Amino acid sequence: MSLPERKTDIGPPHYEKFLPPVIKKNYGKWDHHEVLTGGTMVHVAQSGDKLYTVRVASPRILSTDTIREICDMAEKYCDGYLRFTTRNNVEFLVSDKSKVDPLLAELKAKKYSVGGIGPRISNIVHTQGWVHCHSACTDASGIVKSVMDELHDYFTTKTLPNKVRLAVACCVNMCGAVHCSDIAVVAIHRKVPVIDHETVGKMCEIPTTVSSCPTSAIRPNPKTKSITINEEKCMYCGNCFTVCPPIEIHNPQQDGVAIVVGGKVGSLRTDPKFSKLAIPYIENEPPRWPKVVAAIKNILDVYAANAKKHERVGEWIERVGWEDFFKLTGIPFTFQHIDDFTFMRDTMRNSAAFKY
Amino acid sequence: MGGKYKTPMLDELEKGPWPSFVTEIKKAAKRTEMADDELGQVEKSYVTKRGYWKHGGIVGVLGYGGGVIGRYSSLPNEFPGIAHFHTVRLNQPSGFFYTAESLRMIMDIWDKYGSGLTNMHGSTGDLVLLGTTTENLEVLFAEYSSRGWDLGGSGSAMRTPSCCVGQARCEWACIDTMNICNEVTQYYQDQLHRPSFPYKFKIKVAGCACDCVAAIARADLSIIGTWKDNIRIDQAEVKKYADAGMNIQAEIVDMCPTSCMSYDGKTLKVNDAQCSRCMHCIAKMTKALKQGKVKGASILVGSKAPIVVGSLLSWVVVPFMELEAPFDNLKDLADKMIEWWDDNAKPRERIGELIEVKGMRPFLEAIEMPPVPQQVKAPRKDPFFFWSESDFN
Repeated sequence: MSLPERKTDIGPPHYEKFLPPVIKKNYGKWDHHEVLTGGTMVHVAQSGDKLYTVRVASPRILSTDTIREICDMAEKYCDGYLRFTTRNNVEFLVSDKSKVDPLLAELKAKKYSVGGIGPRISNIVHTQGWVHCHSACTDASGIVKSVMDELHDYFTTKTLPNKVRLAVACCVNMCGAVHCSDIAVVAIHRKVPVIDHETVGKMCEIPTTVSSCPTSAIRPNPKTKSITINEEKCMYCGNCFTVCPPIEIHNPQQDGVAIVVGGKVGSLRTDPKFSKLAIPYIENEPPRWPKVVAAIKNILDVYAANAKKHERVGEWIERVGWEDFFKLTGIPFTFQHIDDFTFMRDTMRNSAAFKY
Repeated sequence: MGGKYKTPMLDELEKGPWPSFVTEIKKAAKRTEMADDELGQVEKSYVTKRGYWKHGGIVGVLGYGGGVIGRYSSLPNEFPGIAHFHTVRLNQPSGFFYTAESLRMIMDIWDKYGSGLTNMHGSTGDLVLLGTTTENLEVLFAEYSSRGWDLGGSGSAMRTPSCCVGQARCEWACIDTMNICNEVTQYYQDQLHRPSFPYKFKIKVAGCACDCVAAIARADLSIIGTWKDNIRIDQAEVKKYADAGMNIQAEIVDMCPTSCMSYDGKTLKVNDAQCSRCMHCIAKMTKALKQGKVKGASILVGSKAPIVVGSLLSWVVVPFMELEAPFDNLKDLADKMIEWWDDNAKPRERIGELIEVKGMRPFLEAIEMPPVPQQVKAPRKDPFFFWSESDFN
C-alpha cells in the first residue's frame, strides 16, 4: 500500500472546523456564565443562546480506547463536539439542554468523575515521570492518582475558599506551571552526581558541560579528560546530566520530592506569585506516596479552615504571614527554607515587626 | 496480547475514584507489545524507584528538525517492545477543540503505527502521541500531514503556541486568543519545524488577567487581554447578587486591590481612574460588571521554569496594544524580540535570562518601546546606572 503524499509546514487545522454551531454563531458575543454544579456550567450569549459544558477528569495519559469512548459520548450528546482544557480535563459541549442529564447519567455509569469547575480542585497539571522521561526522579502520574483519590470530593462537590491549583513536576525542569501553583510537588535530587570519567571523555563535550552549571561548580579536568565537581557549590539541579548523561545524578535512595505552596498565575486581587518552599523533602514511597498525600491534605485543610472567601493559598499566607503558615500547618522550618541561591536579598525579613 | 508482566505495585493505582493511568496503559497493552512492555518497565521503576529511559537521540522526519522526541529504554533486552518509544507532537488546534470524527481519525492512525497511548495534552499544548519506532515516523507524518495535521515544535525552536478558550466560550476574553494563536503558529511554521534559535521560545495567549493558560508563568512571549476604558455596571444585576446573599462590601469592595470601589447598599461605584483591571470584581459578578469596550492586550516577556538560573514570571514591556486580525503589529513585535535574542543569546539562554544579563534598555530599544512606569514595580534604588550618548542630546 502506498503512502499518501506528505505535506510540510501546513500548521494545525483551523479551529473553526471543530466549533459547534452555537459557538460559531455567538463567537465573541458571550454575555455571562453560571456554574451549575461542581462539573457543569452554562454560558449564555447576548443572543440568549446557551451552551452547557460538562467537565470530566482525565489522567492525561489516555489510551486510544478511552478517547474513542469519549468520542462516542460526544457524538451521542454533543453532535460530536468536545474540547480539552488547559489543565487536561475533557469538556463535553452540549448545545441541547435536554441532553445534559442523560450525558451525566452515562458518565456516572461509566465511572467518569465530573467536576473541576468553580472554587474547587481541578485536574493536576503534571509531567511524564517514570512513564516516559529520562530525568524524572519520581513518578508524576502515581503521585497525581494518589493525591486525587484522597481529594476527590474537592473535585466533584466540596468547595474551598477559592480554586486550588495543584501541580506535580518530576524534576526541576518543571514541564508545567509548578513554580506558580497553589500547592505543588517538585521532585529533587540531594546528592552530588557520580561521574563515570571514562565515558564522559568519550561522550560529552567538555565546554558545554562546564557551562551548563548555573553555580560554576564544574571545572574541566585535563588529566582524566573529564570534569570535576566542586561539591560545596553543587545544588543538584541535574542540568549537567541533561547535557552529559555519564554524570549520573539519580540516586534512588536519596531522591524524593519537595512541596511548594502559594503560587498563582492570575492577576486578580494580588500579583501573580511564585510558589515557595513548604516542605524540603519527602522520600519516594511508591506506589501511593502516603506521606506526600498526607502533607498536601494537611496544607489544604489548614487553608480551608483559615482563609477568607476568595483568598487563594498564597494570598492567605501573605495575609497571616509565613510564620503563621508554619505554625498552623505544624511544618518544621529548616535551613533549606532560607534562600541561599540568588534571591536571599528578596526573602530575608527587614522589619522588626513579626508574629510568633 | 497483554498480561506479560505481573504488576502488583501498579495494580494498587487502579484502586480509588480518580481515573487511573495504569488502567489506560493496560487497555493499550491488550493490543500492543509496546504498551505491555511500557507497563513492565514502569512496574520495575516502582520497585527500584528510578526511571529507565535514555536521553533522547536525534530522530525526526525529513526536512524537519523537531516535532519528534527520541526516547529509548535503557533496558531494551528486558523490554524489547520499548527499545524505541519516541514521542510525536501533533500541533493541537487552537483552544483544544475537536470533533469526534477528527479524533477518531487520529486514533486510528496511531493504533496502526504506535503504542495506543497519548497525552491529551502535553505541557506546551501539543497532542502527544506516546511511543513509536524510528521506522514508523515518516509513515505517521505522511498519514497525518496528508489529512491536515502537522507536527509541533521541539528543541531550540519556536514551540507550539497555545491559548485559552477565549472568545469561543468566554465573556471575559478581551482579544481573540484562538485566532491570534492560530495566526502566530502559521506565521512561524519555519521556525517551529526547523530549530534555529538559541533555545526554546514559547508564546501563550490569554484572554484576560485570569490567565487560564498560565501565559505569565510559562511563555517567553505572554499576551494577556485587557481593556482601557471604564467598567460597565448593571445596577439591577448588582442588586440580584446582593439579594442572592453576596456580601458585596466584604467580597468585592474590600478585596479590590486599589480600593477603587464603593457600595452603599444600593449602588456599586468604581473609580475607574484608579482601577488596575485585575478582574476580581468582574470574575465574581460576571452578570453585573463588564469590562470596557476599548480592548487589547498587555505584552509581557521572559517567563520560564527554574532551569537554569531560577524561574521567572514575565515582565510587562508593552502595557497596551490593540490586536486585530491579521495581527501584523504583534508579529512585527515578536520578530524584533526574537531577532534581538537570536543575535545576543548564548546557547540554552532564554530571552528573560538574556534581558537580565544585557539589561532591559537594549531590549526595549530593540523592540522600539519607550520606558514607561507600567513596566516596573518600582524604579531602581541604588545610584549606579548607565548613560549613553543618546541621553545627552
